[in-house]
Amino acid sequence: MSVETGTSTTAAAEPTTDPTAVDVETGAAASANNDAAAQSSVTMTKALNQALRDCLAEDDAVLVFGEDVGRLGGVFRVTEGLRAEFGPNRVWDSPLAESGIIGTAIGMAMNGMRPVVEMQFDAYAYPAFEQIVSHVAKMRNRTKGQVSLPITIRIPYAGDIGGVEHHSDSSEAYWTSTPGLTVVTPSNPADAYSLLRESIASEDPVVFMEPKSRYWMKETLALPVTTAPMNRAQVIREGTDVTLLAYGPTVRTALDSAEAGAEHGLSIEVIDLRTLSPFDDETVSASVRKTSRAAIIHEAAQFGGYGAEVAARLTEHNFTHLSAPILRITGFDVPYPSPKLEEFFLPTVERVLDALESWDWEL
Amino acid sequence: MTIDVPTTGRSLPQLQPISFIGADGRLTDTPTEGLRIPSDRTLTGLYRQMVLVRRFEAQVTHLTRQGRLATYPSAAGQEAAEVGATTALAPNDWLFPTYRDSAAMLTRGVPVAEILAAFRGDWHCGFDPNEYHTSPAATPLATQTLHATGFAMAAKLKGEDAATLTFLGDGASSEGDTHEAFNFASVWQTPTVFVLQNNQYAISTPLREQTNATMLADRAAGYGMPGLRVDGNDVAAVFAAVTAALERGRGGDGPTLIEALTYRMESHTNSDDPTKYRDTEEVEHWKQFDPIDRLEKHLRRAGVLDDAGVDEVAEAAEALAASVRDAMNQEAEIDPRELFAHVYANPRTALREQQQILEAELAAAGTA
Repeated sequence: MSVETGTSTTAAAEPTTDPTAVDVETGAAASANNDAAAQSSVTMTKALNQALRDCLAEDDAVLVFGEDVGRLGGVFRVTEGLRAEFGPNRVWDSPLAESGIIGTAIGMAMNGMRPVVEMQFDAYAYPAFEQIVSHVAKMRNRTKGQVSLPITIRIPYAGDIGGVEHHSDSSEAYWTSTPGLTVVTPSNPADAYSLLRESIASEDPVVFMEPKSRYWMKETLALPVTTAPMNRAQVIREGTDVTLLAYGPTVRTALDSAEAGAEHGLSIEVIDLRTLSPFDDETVSASVRKTSRAAIIHEAAQFGGYGAEVAARLTEHNFTHLSAPILRITGFDVPYPSPKLEEFFLPTVERVLDALESWDWEL
Repeated sequence: MTIDVPTTGRSLPQLQPISFIGADGRLTDTPTEGLRIPSDRTLTGLYRQMVLVRRFEAQVTHLTRQGRLATYPSAAGQEAAEVGATTALAPNDWLFPTYRDSAAMLTRGVPVAEILAAFRGDWHCGFDPNEYHTSPAATPLATQTLHATGFAMAAKLKGEDAATLTFLGDGASSEGDTHEAFNFASVWQTPTVFVLQNNQYAISTPLREQTNATMLADRAAGYGMPGLRVDGNDVAAVFAAVTAALERGRGGDGPTLIEALTYRMESHTNSDDPTKYRDTEEVEHWKQFDPIDRLEKHLRRAGVLDDAGVDEVAEAAEALAASVRDAMNQEAEIDPRELFAHVYANPRTALREQQQILEAELAAAGTA
């Protein structure tokens, strides 16, 4: 099995396609594929693009707008060709203002539309924080269910692409700690397609976080594809000694760690969370009760991060089944570093295996 | 040789606020940029509604001081802007109000108890927005300007004959969302009317510390949309300007910014202390520009309003006040379980578990 992360070696902020991307076996959630359809090698970018295309074709209420998503097709080319195919009344470039994008999407959703908007980079969603947290998340509750906001907010996130400052943040905890938001993050092309379709169809607003470093990951599959439902985590590698929890960009790290661990006689079960809010307690707890040990991997800083919630709730629900404290294997509690330092910041297979070794395995 | 750019097409609002009926109740000779004074019949209706909403504001403020409501931001003194703008809306149009726009919501037909549910603490929004074509009142400043713009954009894309109107204040004019909304609306040419009620204060901060611009309406020019400044205490001017702007928007000619000069006669809310930032002379000064007094004088002079008419409206206002008292003296039925009912369209297991905690607490307290 070959692995290629599609890492850009330059500090370019807006990579487009990666000619070096090679086919990888994801081991992920694409099992429910339609065998009859033609299989081809599909990047995550292409899968997302096709999901948008299919949604636009099926429902006139679906609108795609944001910064540079029209003529250019987005800085990551996720929306490539959509403006030409559906016209500027369905897919268009907005002025450069993120609060404006989310705020107007709210108004459109109130008037029957299903906007799919792009925040160009994780850190550039922050100007829209108020609109997302104070209105997108709360409108349905505020109006006792009379006004739903079926908005999908696409956010390319996380690092490992050699991005300049503010292009590599992992902002998921801001969104997951906000009641009213559903937070989804695919780790592979098949899930990217299926989960985006489901997010756009959802009456609840969805923050759809796309792991930038996985955009160029390829998978052989036929679209359309339907994977496991949103809101369900998936065991993507079975094991008996440890449960490794991962999402988005770190699923690859978890799978690689499991592979490496196996060489040392460690049987690691890997779960791709897929949806961060709500959390799939059932699937994850079942695994943790089986293995009695768990660790969660994420790029975001540790303190107050998503892993803290996962560790706390798994401990609350499964304390008597645990043999060891639940570990968080994460980025350090420092601002995301410059490109030449990110390899020292990001959780690696070595950091994962070192962390697992820190447990007292005699217990 | 100079860079080749357009050098025409920009216009600034006239400096003198558009006004039909002066503070003395007489017609002014102010240039009105082609706007026409509303008919006597329309003005009589606007008079009636202004008297009603003033009584409403006074009654609610009184009940708030008695502790019946948690807090209340009154728009007393701003009746012309609230009523004049809202009355110009067609049924299919949508209103995007702020927390200070109860008078507008009342004018839009939202029932008293449903408007005040938020301030009484029953629920954050007490009415169905779809029923009254009125958005929940926005508390975070300026955020609603973008909602109004987006709603209008959807209307335009769908070919609906509908426009949106949103209120904002002089304080909100400093917020980023205001500028984003002006820009998006103008770039997209949405049928949106921004009614900026310049009531001179953002809680305690006076206008001169809010902006160094000659006038807030000037900002429209920077976004390529028409802006105009009206005497916000002349309901005839507000109604005429907003009516024309809505028609302009519905006709496909894009948004308009209307700055309505007015004054907040009451404190920001009941918990405010205006003596710390403005003197009574200033408040007295603004009383001479009262929107209701001047219209009453005008209508009496025009022979369409007499003592009997004034008394009839006053009686209707008292009846409204009584209905406000009745509504606020009835406790709303609040079910704590509803905390969980509307957050998500798709039910969540973890939330059901938390609801069971509350159910157990309610049972233990004997209130289940």
